[in-house]
Formats: sequence, structure tokens, C-alpha cells
Amino acid sequence: MNTDESASALQPLGASTWETRHRAFSFGRIAAITINTLTELTRLKVFYVLLVFGLLLIGSSIFMAQFTFQQEFQILKDISLGAISIFTSLLAIIATARLIPQDIEDRTVYTILAKPVPRIEYLLGKIAGVLLLLAISTLMMSVAFVLVLYTREQTVLHATLRQMSRSPREQVDSAVQAVRASALTIDILPGIIIIYLKACLLTALTLFVSTFATTSIFTIVVMAFIYFIGHLQATAREYWLQEHASGLITHVFLAVVALLFPDLQAFNLVDDIVAGTAISLALFVKTAVLGIFYTTIYTLLAAFVFYGKEL
Amino acid sequence: MMRTLLVLAILAGIGALKLPVENDLAALHRQEHFRGVKFNLDLREKIGQLGFVAALSGFRAIVADGLFIQANVAWERTEWGRVLLLFRHVTTLQPRSTLFWDIAAWHMAWNASVAAMNDRTQPRLALRVKAQREYFALGKDFLERGIKNNPDRPQLYEALARLYKEKYKDHEHAAEYFAKAATLPGAPSFDKRFSAYELSYCEGREREAYERLRALYDEGEKERLPTLITRLKFLENKLNIPEDQRIPDKEGQIAH
Repeated sequence: MNTDESASALQPLGASTWETRHRAFSFGRIAAITINTLTELTRLKVFYVLLVFGLLLIGSSIFMAQFTFQQEFQILKDISLGAISIFTSLLAIIATARLIPQDIEDRTVYTILAKPVPRIEYLLGKIAGVLLLLAISTLMMSVAFVLVLYTREQTVLHATLRQMSRSPREQVDSAVQAVRASALTIDILPGIIIIYLKACLLTALTLFVSTFATTSIFTIVVMAFIYFIGHLQATAREYWLQEHASGLITHVFLAVVALLFPDLQAFNLVDDIVAGTAISLALFVKTAVLGIFYTTIYTLLAAFVFYGKEL
Repeated sequence: MMRTLLVLAILAGIGALKLPVENDLAALHRQEHFRGVKFNLDLREKIGQLGFVAALSGFRAIVADGLFIQANVAWERTEWGRVLLLFRHVTTLQPRSTLFWDIAAWHMAWNASVAAMNDRTQPRLALRVKAQREYFALGKDFLERGIKNNPDRPQLYEALARLYKEKYKDHEHAAEYFAKAATLPGAPSFDKRFSAYELSYCEGREREAYERLRALYDEGEKERLPTLITRLKFLENKLNIPEDQRIPDKEGQIAH
């Protein structure tokens, strides 16, 4: 067998058309990595978080039985939305922090990148897997929260109607309206979407940090710092721009914080939404666009660093 | 190394571009009553280091709820000083929650003031009355600050009107605040009526009160409630309204 024959024998079926079939960018390949990442994360039993969330919801609603319905609903909403926010943020950071270091440790990354898979597709698949996991978790927690709130609202409504069975119609309508206004309102939905967008931002930022980190612990620690600094960024920015800071070092420090870190306070709207502040469409869209902008930028930067990484 | 520096430069460049966007968004947030809490040393001293860190990390509402529960415990133990302190923290953390301002004012002006008047450890009536008035003022202060933070919502105007009416017996201010509440979106229909009732008790403003009550009466059966008819008849007599312009007597028996 000569050299040409052996080369021909090694070629898989249809390999002659390989070059024409292979695409520089393929959503199919990204989807395959996404599903794989999601399956991998699911096997880590991250959904146990939902169990904790459920217990927190039930526990808090039992505990709050002694309050008036307005107080009860407000605390229930605060705790539930706060829990959704903390769990999605934690999931975003912890799940993403281990993606690349784990793949390097398991040598999975070499197997994938040895194939004609561009690094950007690998990263996009990984991040999409985490975003999908976050979407499922947020959705499940939101459904549980809405169910508990709706059940409590119905209980309070029945009790109110029973107590006011002999009252004038106007008073009954007013009481029913008061119960409904303090329970489930449509404004909660944009609040939950913004919580999700904040988690997406944290995912992209964690991915970016993990591209130059060597261990997941390092990434998590760095992200914990970034999380706190990000919440202070708005204050630092204001001080820097209004030139309240005295001294060059302080001025430079504030500039670094304002320029390099995202403004995470911009995504903490849910506290005021629960307190009854209505969110306008313009405000929601602008906040959402900022979240998508940050997520895109950090993903692209992660790809840029990952391309230069020696594997 | 070059790549790291390049990344930092890109981040700084994007940072410079995003600054005006973030500033505009922050301004829009404040304009629409979001992000009204200033995270400064004053707040940290009030709520402690741990609470401050939690509030700063986006869990402001949960910290406020925790303090609110503590305030309720303090109320059950009638520790009024602690109730006041905790409600000051709660309202600082959640200035857009009318519920917290309202409850804080209610504890001060209704519960603590009554407790002060019934204080057996204080034998001097004058001092008990003084303490009572101080609690009224604390309740009023909570409501006034609450209104400053929530000028677009009727609940606290109503609460302040009730406080003026029931605690200060100041019908003129009560009428004024009920009227302000009635102009805001989401205000219950009784605010307008209550404002007119309160005005009917004000010396020298009977004519204005009569016109407002009469206008409500003319809106139809829904507004012809017993108190409205009683006050209207009182004013008709006081202002010597001609017989042919007065409301019929039987209305008083028909309406609920």
C-alpha cells in the first residue's frame, strides 16, 4: 500500500466534502456544548438550591401569619425576591467559575478544541449553558413564589369577604382592591427579569475572570470582591465625577472603580418595586439594555483572553 | 502580558463610554423614585456594619424587613425608644414603602402616646401630657418625611390627615391633607368626602365646606351617605340656606 492509498484509507466517510461542509461558525456546535454544559451542571445537583428556596418560602409565610396582610405580603415578596436574587447570583458565579478550570483539569477542553471547534464557540456554548440553567432556576423559583403569594392572596380575600359580608358594596370593593394591590402586581415581572439580567452579567464577568484564572477558588474570591465593588461603583462614580475626592490617590482609585467595574446597583430595582414604585417601560428597557451590553462586552473580552491562552 | 494590558485598556475605554450611560440611567432611576437610599457613613452607623454590607449588596429590603420584625418585638415589649430607633432605620432603608412610614407613625402617635398618658410611674399629669404631645410630634414627623419621599402616593397624606383630625383636633389641616390625597392617582373616593367633612368643622370656612358637600351630594345616590347628609343639614341651618335650595329631609332616612 503506497502513501496515497494509506491516506485515503484513513479518511472517514464523506471526508472529501469536509472542507465544503465545515462552517467557521456553527450554532449547532454551540448548542451541543450548551446542552452538554447544562447536563453537567444539572448533575452537580445545583437544583437543590430550589429546595432551599421552597423551604424559605413556606417557612417565612408560616412565620408571618401574625402580621397584617400588607406587612405579610411585603415581607414575603422582599424575602422571595431577595432569595431569587442571591441564589441566581451565587449560581451564576459558582457554576461559571468552575467551567474552564474544570475542563482543563479533566482535559475535556483539549478534546473539544482538538476538533474543528473555534474557541469562541466553545465559550459561547459554555456561557449559554449557564444562562439556560439560570433561566430554568429563575423560572422555577418565580413560579413557586407566585403560587405561594397567590394562595395567600386568595386566603386573605376569602377571609376579607367573609368578614365584610354585611358591609356596603363600596367598602367591600375598596378592601378587595387593597388586598389585590398589596399582593401580586404585574410590576414584579420586570423586577424578576432584571434580577435574571444581573445574573447574566455576573456569569459573563465570571467567565471573563476565569479565562485568566488558574483555579475556580481564585475566580470565586475575585468575583466576591467584584460583586461588592460593583455595588459601590455608583457611589465611587458620583464622587469621582463631582470631584468630591481630595488627593490624587483617592481620585485615581475612584476613577479605576468607576471605569473598570459594572454598576450593579442599577439592577437592584426590585426593593423599590415591592415597596410600590411602578417601573416605566423606558426605565425597564434602558436597564435591560445596559445588562445585555455588559454581558456581551464581558463575553467578548473573555473570548479575547481565551484566544491568547496557551492550552 | 501584552494581552492583559490590552484588555485593561479596552475595559477602561468601554468604561469611559459607559459612564454617561450609567449616569443617565442613575438619574432616570432617581427621577422615577428608584435608588433613593444614600449609602454613606451615617447609614452605616445607624444599621451597623453587617446590615450595611447586606444593604449595599442589594438586600436592602430584607435588612429593612428584619429590622421591622425587631421593631414589632420591641412594640410587644412596649420598648418605645427602641421602636422609634428601629423604625428610623427601617424607613431610612426603605423610604418608598408607605407601609413602614404609616406603621411607624401609628406606633408613635397612637400606641406610644397612649402609653405615655397611662404611665403610672409618672405622677404629674403635665409631664404625661408633654410626653404624649412629643409622641404625636414624632408620628407627624414620620408622616411628613414619608410624604417627602412619596409625594406621588395618597396613603401618607391620608394618615397625616387622620393624625391631625384625631390627635390634634386640627380640622383645617386634616381637610387640607385629605384634599391633597384625593388629587393623587389611586386615592379612594372617600378622601374627597372626608376633606369636605373636616372642612365643615372649621370656623369661618362653612360656605366653602357647604359648596363642596353640596357638589358631592349632587353627584348622586352613591355620595349621599348619612354623615354627608348630617353635615350638610348642619351647614344649611348655620348658613341660613333658603328652604327651596335645601336637600330634602327624607334623604337622611334613605341613604346608608
